[in-house]
Amino acid sequence: MSAPRLSADRERCIGAGMCAMTAPDVFDQDPDDGLVLLLHTEPPAAHRAAARMAVGVCPSGAIAFHEPEPGGS
Amino acid sequence: MSDSLHTVTALPTERRTGCPFDPPAELLDARRHGPLSGFTHPGGKPGWLITGYDMVRSVLADPRFSSRKDLMNVVDFQLPPAPPGEFLLMDEPEHSRYRKPLVGKFTVRRMRMLTERIEQITADCLDAMEAAGPSADLVTAFAKPIPTIVICEILGVPYADRASFQEQIDTFMGGEVSDEELIAAYTATQEYLAQLVAAKRAHPTDDVLSELTDSDLTDEELRGISLILLAAGFDTTANMLSLGTFALLQNPDQLAALRADPALTDGAVEELLRYLSVAKTFHRTALEDVELDGHTIKAGTTVVLSYNTANRDPDRFADPHTLDLGRQATGHLAFSHGIHQCLGQQLARVEMRVAFRALIDRFPTLRLAVPAAEVRLRPETADIFGVKSLPVTWDAK
Repeated sequence: MSAPRLSADRERCIGAGMCAMTAPDVFDQDPDDGLVLLLHTEPPAAHRAAARMAVGVCPSGAIAFHEPEPGGS
Repeated sequence: MSDSLHTVTALPTERRTGCPFDPPAELLDARRHGPLSGFTHPGGKPGWLITGYDMVRSVLADPRFSSRKDLMNVVDFQLPPAPPGEFLLMDEPEHSRYRKPLVGKFTVRRMRMLTERIEQITADCLDAMEAAGPSADLVTAFAKPIPTIVICEILGVPYADRASFQEQIDTFMGGEVSDEELIAAYTATQEYLAQLVAAKRAHPTDDVLSELTDSDLTDEELRGISLILLAAGFDTTANMLSLGTFALLQNPDQLAALRADPALTDGAVEELLRYLSVAKTFHRTALEDVELDGHTIKAGTTVVLSYNTANRDPDRFADPHTLDLGRQATGHLAFSHGIHQCLGQQLARVEMRVAFRALIDRFPTLRLAVPAAEVRLRPETADIFGVKSLPVTWDAK
C-alpha cells in the first residue's frame, strides 16, 4: 500500500511559514528565500495529520496532498 | 443561495456597550442573514459586504479579486495607485517583486531566533513598569514599547529616533485626528524614512533595511516597504497585546488556566488572534463578474471583507463568541489569507507568546484599575481596533 504524497509549488509559495509552523517535521522554509522546503514527500503516518492541516491552512495553495490511486500499488 | 438579500448601508461606527471584543451588532446580524450582504460604500458606490468565514477566505484566495488601490471603487473619484513599495495594495507580479526579497527575513526560524532578545526587551519593560508601580497604563508601559523596539531593531531605526517615530505612526493609525494632522504625520514619516533609507545605503548596518539596499529596489521603493513594515509592525501587535490583556482580565478562568499551564501559550495566542482580530476590515475589487452565493459581483465592484466577523462565524468556530484558549483556532483569518497573508505573522506570534507569558508570570495579581466600562476604546473607524489606554494595578510585593 502506498502512502499519500505531498507536493510543493515554490512558484506559488509566498513564504508565510504556516506549513513550517503547523507541521515542522514535514515542512521547512529555505533559509535564503524563505520559500517552502519539503522534508518528506511521503510523510510517515505520525506526521500525516499535521501535514494535512498545513495543506489546509496554506494561504497560497502552494502545497497539496495526493492520495494514492484506489487499487493502485 | 440566500432567500433574500440582507443589506447593510454603512459600516457601523460603534460596538455594543459592554462588548468591547465583539464585532458591532450590525455585522453579526448580517452574518446571521448569510455570508454576503448588499452594501453601500461611503461615497455612495454600490458594493458588497462579506461576513461569512468560507466566503471571506475564498475571495482572499481568488485572483479574480484585486487588492489594487487604484481599482478600489468606494469613493466618487479615482484613487491613485499605491506608492512604490506599498505591496499590500498591489496585485501580481508587482506584489511579489516587493514581497519576495523580504520573505527570507521573516521565516519561522529567523523569528524564533529573536525569542531571547524579545524576552530581554519584555523584561526591561516589565522592570520599569514594576518599579513605577503598583499601577500603570499597560498600553504605554508594555503593549507599545515591545513591538516598537523589536521592529525598530529589525529595520535599524536608531534608538534616538524611536519615540518621535512612534508618535507619528500613532497619529496616522489611531483614526481620530483631523485630515490635516493625518497628512502631516504621514508626510513626516515618509520624510524620516527617506532619510533612513539614504543613511542605510551610505552606511549599511546589521538590519533588514540595510540588507535590502543590496537588492534592485530603488530608494523610493525601500521607503514604501519600510513604511508598511513599520506601520504593520507597531500598531497591530501593540493593540493585540493591550486588547488581549484586557480580554484575559475579563475572562479570569481562561487567564488562570493560561497562568497554570505554559503549554497553553501558543494556542492562546492563536485564539486571541481569532477572538480579537484587530485588523478587522479589508477590501477587494472584482476584476471580472464573479458569482458568489447566487449573486453576481460585477467587474469593478469593491467588496468589504469583515475579518473579525468571519472569525466569529459559528459554521467555522463552535461557540464563536467565547474566548476558549484551549480551542484549535488555527485557520483563523486574523493575518488574512491568500497571497497577502501577513508577512510579519511569525514575528507577531513570537512577540505575543513571549510578552503575554512574561506579563502574567510577573504580575500574578494583575487587574484593571478602572471598571471595564471605563476602559477607553479606539473608535470603530480606526484601521486597527484596540484600547487607547488600559489602566492596571497589582499587589506590590
